[in-house]
Amino acid sequence: MTETITALEVCCCGNCAASGHQKETIRPLTAAEITQREADAVAYATRKAEEDAAATAKASAKASAKAKLKALGLSDTEIAAL
Amino acid sequence: MATTYTLIQAVTVGSGGAANIEFTSIPQTYTDLLYKISARMSVATGSVFLRFNGTTTDGKTLWMDGDGTSLTGNLDSSNQYGPVHGVNGNNLTASTFGSADIYISNYTSNKHKSSNTDGVTESNSATGVTMACGGSRWANTAAITSIQLVSAAPGNFSEHSTAYLYGISNA
Repeated sequence: MTETITALEVCCCGNCAASGHQKETIRPLTAAEITQREADAVAYATRKAEEDAAATAKASAKASAKAKLKALGLSDTEIAAL
Repeated sequence: MATTYTLIQAVTVGSGGAANIEFTSIPQTYTDLLYKISARMSVATGSVFLRFNGTTTDGKTLWMDGDGTSLTGNLDSSNQYGPVHGVNGNNLTASTFGSADIYISNYTSNKHKSSNTDGVTESNSATGVTMACGGSRWANTAAITSIQLVSAAPGNFSEHSTAYLYGISNA
């Protein structure tokens, strides 16, 4: 069974009852919204992978830089002070 | 300075959750908007963002976030407007909800729209609490008439998540 993906829509017109519509509506996403949701998910996964790779590279570069500073004779306290 | 805060609408997500939370037919009678959320997602990320008038373009956001061990700055030029930090993923302590405020200035103007966001997650874990603040620009001259809160990953807003929209008048 396919899950129905829904949106919770809230009308802010302030005159819902008199206008004959509900203030709150739970409706299925439209086909366009589902397509957009799928595109959002792909974009999110791509961005997350890029951010994770950048964080890993930065941590690696930081460790390498610390090791090189230590090899030059700096103490841990001096390195931490930089 | 704001002289009045008026609650326009409030909503609580019911059982089953919701992929999007959307405020529509926003009155054009205020100066600014304040959007307050307390939310948790059904997936292990709280990455959500705002979408104005249903558009998926024209957004650019700069933000800083920190978790107690590091502070990072980011620029999101993905065209999606306004990442909202401070929403809990379901990997954080059960039954906890992050919270965030989004202040949207001059939402009816025919200029580009600016907003600022601050938020924080809630968790019992030492590394689970992250905070972030950011600023966004929506490069669109249309008045904002609807706001969608959308999950970036394919998840739902969990039951008991809440959203409040306030109108703020400067006179």
